[in-house]
Amino acid sequence: MKTDISWLNTLRQNALTQFEQTRFPSQRLEDWRYTNLSAIEKKQFAFANQVETFDDTHKNHLADFMLNDCYHAIFVDGFFDALLSTLPENITVCSINEAAEHHETVLAPVFNQAIESPHGFTHFTNVHFSDGIFVCINEHSQLDKPLQILHFATQQAMSATRHVVILEENACATLIETFIGVETQTYLTSSVLEIFLNDHANLTLYKVQQDSDKAYHFGGTYVKQADNAHFTHHNFALGGLLARSEIMSHLETGAQCELNGLYLGENRQHLDNLTRIVHAKPDAVSREYYKGILNHRARGVFQGRIVVAKDAQCTDSQMNNRNLLLSSDAEIDTKPQLEIYADDVKCTHGVTVGQLDEKSIFYLQSRGIDEDHAKHILTFAFANEMVDKITVPSLHDCVFTQLLARFPQGAER
Amino acid sequence: MLKIKDLAVNVGAKEILKGLNLNVNAGEIHAIMGPNGAGKSTLSHVLSGKSGYDVTGGSITYNEKDLLEMPAEIRAREGVFLAFQYPVEIAGVTNVYLLKAALNAIRKHKGLSEVDAMDFLTLVKSKTKALDMDEKFLYRAVNEGFSGGEKKRNEILQMAMLEPQLCILDETDSGLDIDALRIVADGVNALRSENRAFIMVTHYQRLLDYIKPDFVHVLADGKIIKSGGAELALELEEKGYGWLEQA
Ligand SMILES: Nc1ncnc2c1ncn2[C@@H]1O[C@H](COP(=O)(O)OP(=O)(O)O)[C@@H](O)[C@H]1O
Ligand SMILES: [Mg+2]
Repeated sequence: MKTDISWLNTLRQNALTQFEQTRFPSQRLEDWRYTNLSAIEKKQFAFANQVETFDDTHKNHLADFMLNDCYHAIFVDGFFDALLSTLPENITVCSINEAAEHHETVLAPVFNQAIESPHGFTHFTNVHFSDGIFVCINEHSQLDKPLQILHFATQQAMSATRHVVILEENACATLIETFIGVETQTYLTSSVLEIFLNDHANLTLYKVQQDSDKAYHFGGTYVKQADNAHFTHHNFALGGLLARSEIMSHLETGAQCELNGLYLGENRQHLDNLTRIVHAKPDAVSREYYKGILNHRARGVFQGRIVVAKDAQCTDSQMNNRNLLLSSDAEIDTKPQLEIYADDVKCTHGVTVGQLDEKSIFYLQSRGIDEDHAKHILTFAFANEMVDKITVPSLHDCVFTQLLARFPQGAER
Repeated sequence: MLKIKDLAVNVGAKEILKGLNLNVNAGEIHAIMGPNGAGKSTLSHVLSGKSGYDVTGGSITYNEKDLLEMPAEIRAREGVFLAFQYPVEIAGVTNVYLLKAALNAIRKHKGLSEVDAMDFLTLVKSKTKALDMDEKFLYRAVNEGFSGGEKKRNEILQMAMLEPQLCILDETDSGLDIDALRIVADGVNALRSENRAFIMVTHYQRLLDYIKPDFVHVLADGKIIKSGGAELALELEEKGYGWLEQA
């Protein structure tokens, strides 16, 4: 059910040509060196079909993740489900297929403009996306409730979605991306989101990736921040067998960018996070804080790059990555990178990799708490610092519950 | 209640306790004094079950049970409490959660049901007030950013909440100004009972002005080298430890 629009067809055609050359990214590329995608090629996934109805267990699973104080844009196997969705009125929010036809003058000029370093996954998504969401908020307007974009995978198949969000001057919104799937189902979801924030616009974006433990996930978010625009991202990588998350933002004068992340890997999960913040102009501020907890044989990757262009004087940037390894077989590859071409800048970065503190465990034990419980309390506390930053109550509850399921008795409800 | 017999403890290859004997009965207060590095904290840690120490000889019985066989949390549930010389800061875990989890773990061990949420709050608030602590401390992370004196008070708050049988206070008085010292001492005195015993490790006589011990022991070179009544502390204050160690 792909829309037949000429500008889009040309774009898809170009993307196809590029994808045929690149295929999925190989580990020979620096940005992909820690993540082996050969399993995806081997799976030979077919494309998902649009399902008409689904059974009660699926409905319940979906209901568990639908946040009550939000608007909803629901995608089932990549297809927009208008019946399940509730979109705001008086604000341009529609499926990207609809936007390609009816908002071509707004959409066509920006499409692909925020993706600074395209690769196999962005090409793939451009070729194959079945649908996506389009949001355009006018000057000085705001979304009165958060919009939850919920991706639900039900089939053993692959699906791709493509999203564009535009906030005009002084516009304001909160969006939540949720990725879930039928438990134990094997699938691939690929989602590419471009965001354009005009002067003084303010966007808070949450991403909760809670895919099935056999799923493959790619999610890329590419942001352009005009002067004094604010972008705050909270990235929770909880599910999936292999998940890659990319957040890249381009900052003009006085823009502010805050990236928070939490990756929680267990068993054989592989959670790869790549971020890039480009300070292109002066006086922009960026704050990045990613935390990881890896258990069993899980592997985490954090590649955080801050680029400060020659023009970007008075840049103020901080990046921090802290990791907790709960087992000797767990692994983290962390690589913060600063590329600074301006001379008057304030940039700091720090990385820690460690285990739970023995002294703290003993302190809790000496109060009557057994060792396992003590470890859950301490691990929960480490992760909860990120969960506590969530200001949407229903979302906070939802992620808190997920965390508590991982570390029972880690805290009190 | 507690019988320590010929206790020998090493850390790595280093002998720290070298045949220590001590008997403590319910209702008694014992002060242990001694020079820095004598092994006072080592004794406290070994009693509470901290890892990293090799017990190479002797025994410890607590209420007729072999204390050394119990994991740290079981000792705590059986009523052993250590107020740490250096309380640990635990980011992200609130005082109130720690207190509740600890209290419930102990109650469960005793076959009691979980504490009622309202009763718990009432109790913890009254104990907090008694120690002249702001209620806000309950909702702060355990010891994080607390001053030295606040940490020590927090230890006493935990002790007051958990109502242990054997309270070991490791230099709880150090770092306290005179007002805080009085508050802490009042807190300890309020807990005195015929079923409960205290071992107070201290450098200074001044705590003992507020909490009068039944026995004073001098720990030096890994052993108790002298024991006496409260008056021994005054003598130590006057003469130091040198005269004993030479003897
Ligand atoms: N973990 C350790 N590793 C090595 N030496 C230790 C350790 N803990 C204590 N010690 C040594 O054991 C001795 C006794 O220490 P401690 O029990 O802390 O003394 P006190 O509390 O009486 O001042 C000191 O010489 C100290 O350096
Ligand atoms: Mg000491």
